Amino acid sequence: MRELIDGSTAIVRGALAAGCDFFAGYPITPASTILMSLMVELPRVGGVAVQGEDEIASIGMCIGAAMSGSRALTATSGPGLSLYSESIGLAVMGEVPLVIVDVQRLGPATGGATTIGQGDVQFVRWGTSGGFPIIALAPSSVAECYELTIEAFRLAERFRCPVFLLTDKELNLTLNTVEAGKAGPGTPPPRPGPEAPRGPEIRSVVPYRYEPADGVPPLVPYGGDATVRFTGSSHDERAFITKDPATVGALNRHLVAKIEEHRNEIERVALDLQPGARTLFVSYGTTAGAQREAVRRAREAGRAVSSAVVQSLWPVPATALGKAFEGIERIVVAELNLGQYRREIELLAQGRPVIGLHRMDGELLTPDQFLETLS
Amino acid sequence: MNGAPASTLITPLATYRNETPYPFCPGCGHSLILDHLNRALTRLQLDPRGVVLVSDIGCSGLSDQYFSTSAFHGLHGRSLTYATGIKLARPDLKVVVIMGDGGTGIGGAHLLNAARRNIGLTVLVFNNLNFGMTGGQHSTTTPAGAHTSTTRAGNLERPLDVCATVAVNGAGYVYRGTSWDKDLAERIAEAIESETFALFDIWELCTAYYVPFNDSSRKELLETMSHLELPTGLLARRQAPELAAAYRAQTPEGRSTVEPQILEPRCAAGLDRPFRFVVAGSAGGKVRTAVRLIAQAGVLSGLWAAQRDDYPITVKTGHSLSELILAPEEIGDTGITRPDALLLLTADGAKKCGRHLAAMDETDRVFAVPELADAKTRARVTVVDPAGAKLGKTQTALAATTAAVARLGLLPREALEEAARLDGRRAEENLAAIAAGYRLAAG
Repeated sequence: MRELIDGSTAIVRGALAAGCDFFAGYPITPASTILMSLMVELPRVGGVAVQGEDEIASIGMCIGAAMSGSRALTATSGPGLSLYSESIGLAVMGEVPLVIVDVQRLGPATGGATTIGQGDVQFVRWGTSGGFPIIALAPSSVAECYELTIEAFRLAERFRCPVFLLTDKELNLTLNTVEAGKAGPGTPPPRPGPEAPRGPEIRSVVPYRYEPADGVPPLVPYGGDATVRFTGSSHDERAFITKDPATVGALNRHLVAKIEEHRNEIERVALDLQPGARTLFVSYGTTAGAQREAVRRAREAGRAVSSAVVQSLWPVPATALGKAFEGIERIVVAELNLGQYRREIELLAQGRPVIGLHRMDGELLTPDQFLETLS
Repeated sequence: MNGAPASTLITPLATYRNETPYPFCPGCGHSLILDHLNRALTRLQLDPRGVVLVSDIGCSGLSDQYFSTSAFHGLHGRSLTYATGIKLARPDLKVVVIMGDGGTGIGGAHLLNAARRNIGLTVLVFNNLNFGMTGGQHSTTTPAGAHTSTTRAGNLERPLDVCATVAVNGAGYVYRGTSWDKDLAERIAEAIESETFALFDIWELCTAYYVPFNDSSRKELLETMSHLELPTGLLARRQAPELAAAYRAQTPEGRSTVEPQILEPRCAAGLDRPFRFVVAGSAGGKVRTAVRLIAQAGVLSGLWAAQRDDYPITVKTGHSLSELILAPEEIGDTGITRPDALLLLTADGAKKCGRHLAAMDETDRVFAVPELADAKTRARVTVVDPAGAKLGKTQTALAATTAAVARLGLLPREALEEAARLDGRRAEENLAAIAAGYRLAAG
């Protein structure tokens, strides 16, 4: 029992399974199929999907809806992500749970709309002012598109922050065969029950106060039994604007710490380590397809090789990769850019040679190219 | 939804202000406008938990901090986008947007579209004709001739008529006035209750910059308005469906786009290694549809299939290439560098296959329509001529692809026929095309 589906369909199913009930986006190749699909799906489950007048409006609507208790999603490609930049910052500062799909295409500006690239790896990491950490997941198969979309919603709510799902044209639009059930459909988690009737006492919550052990303030949406404030300015825990150095310093450190100190809850990498292997292949996204095929062929030919497919690009799964590097003499990092993630691996490699396998012409890396690095 | 009328649940409130005094310059119009807003909320006796004040950047963006309602303070010019999201998610909330003339200008596209959509927001434009927070620079509403820190010799640009702009684009309630208007609170209350896109263009003094630069005063402001022939008072009021309510009232499309189409293997194909097959035709020629059917037939034969399409950004012109992989095992690598077989349907498609043709050798197969039979390749070329088969335009690609699949002995015919029946509406024409394909293969 199998089915033939593409990554966009799996992402839509993942969103529905995660309880997504708000989508806003602007048409852009190769992300438009997510928009078109959710315009049909969300009204059927009582949610809202809207096509904004541009990308800035679309992500703004998502942020407003998320603070009103919706599970919000948006999807775009590089040129649209450029327009998201300021709002990504707002979502970081205001602590907004939001999932952003970036279906990468090739090149800067308009680039190649129907051409694959993996050039947004560092852009999503540093794509807004201030230099704060973000979370970015990268599925490498149709089934992972489904699983990691659900995971992205979980992380967005857990850490009250924007979470990127970094995919690409091939993954979203290429049909592949999956075992039935591996890419949904699933059942959305139960939503909180109806709110208690409002009493005459009007409560106001302290919107940015959190328990130290938890590290993240709980989100109280608009329209509940308390008034709630939101701001994108430097603020105190009541969301009032402040310049007080102690308060502002604590806020900015909190925005870093809530990700950095919980990396073990976020980091993900799929390791396929072979005893005796001296070479480790590292890749992510679509490129992992060729890597897995190359590993299979190498082993068939009696050559030992290990494989790491990074699923949380940000934060870098440093702990698991560090262990995977034990006994490895050389690391091959394969990606459809000229080494954006290789530099992260080099930081962890402790002197091991790190070889880049790169392509930036709209074509996929091939298993043969991986195998050539072994000779 | 918290739909219960708020007035039955809360103690009547004497004010919606909190205890903090306004931070604005002496004589600034912002305090006056906010007092009008407070009076409007008090008049309506809304539950503060059901009201969201949305603001952006500039001195007016500080406003939400002085109210006891819920609040959203966002980025310059984007307040309408957040407010739209809030209203769409929670149509029961009363959403009031506060923005300056700066936010109105930078968010111009949002203004047009919020009005056009008639989303139920009440928008108060604090229009003091310049940027008061960043040093008195000119804005889109600065009158021609006015002096600001960026128009020292006099503004050369015509000011934006905010009211006319939103009125002509569908706003439900449009008002222009000043911060001194006696009935402003009443009007704001009326607008909030109207559940339409309501906009107030409220002229006021910026005593920090605009007043000293232009020797302005209440009298001068009114003269400027009159000189620009800008009408005041209630300028438009119309009944039109409000977006958030209309959205909820619309009947959703019945058919899901993501329902699983489970393919249960019915027969077996004798494939013991991945087979890579490329079909090259023209956009609009149903190449992708034909190859998708073959991919489905592959899965129905117990194989794994992957289909990667390549096409230009245009829709009905240029090439359309579909790369199909059929394999006995799960397919990780979906790329094709050397096809086992290639079908050339049109010159558009053939132009994109030079690399493939060069990579193929004597053990590979090329199928081509007669006019492309001279393709430069070492592969064995077989002519397929669907032209004589009297097929509809949508059937040609499928017939030729079927002919190639039949000649290659790739899949059992019953799998193709089963796949053809998956789309009930097209079953008959697909089956006819497949039958034609088998005749072509035999001929």
